[in-house]
Amino acid sequence: MPVSFFLVLSALLFSIGIYGVLARQHAVLVLLSIELMLNAVNINLVAFSAMLQEAGLGGQVFALFVIAVAAAEVGVGLAIVILIYRNRQSVDLDELDLMKW
Amino acid sequence: MSAETWQQVVFWIFALLITGAGVLVVTTRNVIHAALWLVGALMGAAAMYVLLFAEFVAWVQVLVYVGAIVVLMLFGLMLTRAPIGSAEFDNNQRPLAALCAAAVFVVTSVILIGAFEGQEINFARTAGTSTESIGTAIFSSYVWPFEVVSILLLAALVGAVVIARRD
Repeated sequence: MPVSFFLVLSALLFSIGIYGVLARQHAVLVLLSIELMLNAVNINLVAFSAMLQEAGLGGQVFALFVIAVAAAEVGVGLAIVILIYRNRQSVDLDELDLMKW
Repeated sequence: MSAETWQQVVFWIFALLITGAGVLVVTTRNVIHAALWLVGALMGAAAMYVLLFAEFVAWVQVLVYVGAIVVLMLFGLMLTRAPIGSAEFDNNQRPLAALCAAAVFVVTSVILIGAFEGQEINFARTAGTSTESIGTAIFSSYVWPFEVVSILLLAALVGAVVIARRD
């Protein structure tokens, strides 16, 4: 099976994530889209790991690391979102222009 | 049908599932449905890992992503009192965002197809990657990145508690 099937699938998933990040207004929905993009990267890593079977398991191990980093990112990200909600009663990203010049 | 054909069939089924669920995550007007469609996309990705001989990664995906991250997201949605039910969650730059995403997709796929043309994944191997060999790889060749990730997780844990606590 050509490896490019998996690569194009992950490019598609990554683009869907980009659309979500750019078009969504609710902060938690932006975090959901970021998860889609991280998954696209994981599919890529695992596909290359299957293609280069002789080169060891680096792809799968780094997919596990990406999952761990995603967990850390969601933890901190949601903490920030909840703090913003507590201070401003809103998580609408278009209203959060305090640091915009 | 040969094994190769079955693998193609499974690939297309789950590719359609991932794409459809992903599009619904970014377009649905109900925030809870967005989180639940994300579960669909993540499960489809887990099926892809099984297809690619990565059973351990697939199970970690199900446990960590579907079990923990999506639940965290649902808690986040509830704690921020997102309006449950249909509401407008998109800003006014949807066409621009779609254009941007399409451009990224076209450019990356053209580059990737050109770079990896003719390279095949050999599905002839009968056994998948054993958990034992992943464990050996993590604790021998990749022990240094593993420790760094541990410290990152600890820092994120402490940081999340410090940021979110009420004082």
